[in-house]
Amino acid sequence: MAVTADAVARLAAIEKSQGYWRSVWTRFLRDKVAVCAGCVAAGLVLMAIFAPWIAPADPLDGSMIKRLSPIGTEGYPLGADELGRDMLSRLIYGARLSLFMGVVPVLIAFAIGAAIGIAAGYLGGWVNTITMRVLDVLYAFPSVLLAIAISGALGAGILNGLLSLTVVFIPPIARVAESVTTSVRKLEYIEAAQASGASSLRIVRDHVLGNVLGPIFVYATSLISVSMILAAGLSFLGLGVSPPNAEWGLMLNTLRNAIYVQPWLAALPGVMIFLTSISFNMLSDGLRSAMDVKQ
Amino acid sequence: MSTPILSAHNLVKHFKAGGFGAARKFVRAVNDVSFELASGETLGVVGESGCGKSTMARLLVQLLTPDSGEVHYQGKVVGRELPLKAFRSKVQMVFQDSFASLNPRMTMIDAVAFGPTVHGMSRSDATRKAQDLLDRVGLDPSRFGGRYAHELSGGQRQRVNIARALAFDPQVIVLDEAVSALDKSVEAQVLNLLMDLRRERGLTYVFISHDLNVVRHISDRVMVMYLGEVAEIGPVESLYSAPCHPYTQALLAAMPSLDPDRRTMEAPLAGDPPNPIDPPQGCRFHTRCSRVFAPCSAQAPAQHKVGKTHFAACHLNSAKEHVA
Repeated sequence: MAVTADAVARLAAIEKSQGYWRSVWTRFLRDKVAVCAGCVAAGLVLMAIFAPWIAPADPLDGSMIKRLSPIGTEGYPLGADELGRDMLSRLIYGARLSLFMGVVPVLIAFAIGAAIGIAAGYLGGWVNTITMRVLDVLYAFPSVLLAIAISGALGAGILNGLLSLTVVFIPPIARVAESVTTSVRKLEYIEAAQASGASSLRIVRDHVLGNVLGPIFVYATSLISVSMILAAGLSFLGLGVSPPNAEWGLMLNTLRNAIYVQPWLAALPGVMIFLTSISFNMLSDGLRSAMDVKQ
Repeated sequence: MSTPILSAHNLVKHFKAGGFGAARKFVRAVNDVSFELASGETLGVVGESGCGKSTMARLLVQLLTPDSGEVHYQGKVVGRELPLKAFRSKVQMVFQDSFASLNPRMTMIDAVAFGPTVHGMSRSDATRKAQDLLDRVGLDPSRFGGRYAHELSGGQRQRVNIARALAFDPQVIVLDEAVSALDKSVEAQVLNLLMDLRRERGLTYVFISHDLNVVRHISDRVMVMYLGEVAEIGPVESLYSAPCHPYTQALLAAMPSLDPDRRTMEAPLAGDPPNPIDPPQGCRFHTRCSRVFAPCSAQAPAQHKVGKTHFAACHLNSAKEHVA
């Protein structure tokens, strides 16, 4: 058979079929709810990044006369908090810390948890049993209690809060990674790869990762909202972010005394937490159904 | 006979099935199976579902480690005298489920080229080889090479799987129900492809199937398995024309026939095979055998020689046996 030049020409001519990720994207675009949620989530991220340019006032600069001004006050479109700081600016700036506390622990836990879970799932046997039972011990604690216990032991502060949330999220992500990997490992293309004589590392890299990272990542994105709410809870208890920093959970905490005076104002940080967590949840739901290849 | 290219020596594989300590139960999937493969021949393997055909195939290609017994390649013990990686490129396998045996995130070219790159071929050489192989199995590489598994039909996918096995330049291919899931017309095309490849490359096949007609068509020798053991093994013509084990006779009697005068009147075998966790004492087949007699429930039959290369594990043949 004439190889070389002919084959190279054929290779160049290989019909580029619709790749997996492009088909996922097409299906995602058809899901209107997920697209809306994605836009809201993207808007929140942009808001956090460009906070200094968007915010009308300094979030730390208070005016005692304006304390607890209602929504719609002149110069304070969303009112002022208990120290007379502009609520709108604080909500915009608050997105920075809140999103940071939502996304970063999940990303770190994703990297660690996925590695543990994939290793346990692929190796199976007693490695799997030992790893998963150890993680089950952590998993048995209610996540709120565990987060409070760890950051309580380490003391208040953003980094300690981050660390405690990361520890909380490793077991559930590892569990999902383990179960997805275990189901993929039983498929015949993995057997075929084993029959090719490739090393375990190579099989995991070339055949397992591509098929498990997607579902694990989708699960991890659904934890972003949980992480934000837990972080808000830690701040509320005085364990995470400390005043005067703007963070939604902390704002909810300090404004709760004003709930009978200005109920709408006091609810605003809660509205932001709700909006962010629901948009991230719906985004990950949409991603999951878009990635679900049924032939 | 010269040194067989591949041989199984007393392969045993039991799977754990619940229970602890002394009460631990085992599924006796493959129990003391031995046979030899001559270079260039095709051994058909038949038997009911759950008789251990697939487990036997996976033991043969070393995807499962046997509890005891050895696989020899050209007389060398695999894993001890012959490194596993070298064995891998000599003995390949094609699986039943054409979809599950292809990585859904890999293009067909990459799937076929993966094997050679594992064995040290450069990516561009492997790609070129994969193109030629796709071409050989009847798929235009410029049309199908960049596609994913879900964009192909069952027959096309099984062709890719065959090309992937060929990419190692193997001597032996174990085909585990490789054509069973295909439509009849597609099955015939793939069978023809397999027979052409056998002739071109001097391949040796282990062809596992439950379709007796297909096995007869493609095989030189046939092995009948029952509950993890070899019931009968022999040349295809003598086994089909003069089966010596009642189980083989029952299987052949159940074969659908197009001749109205020879249609199957009643099911010759009643019931399901016994539970392989707790197989019957003596001959494993005696609970369903129509010709059961005294020694059957007491003693497991040995392999009796009933022809030059034809053996049957049934007490009925102990009298006929040619003393070697």
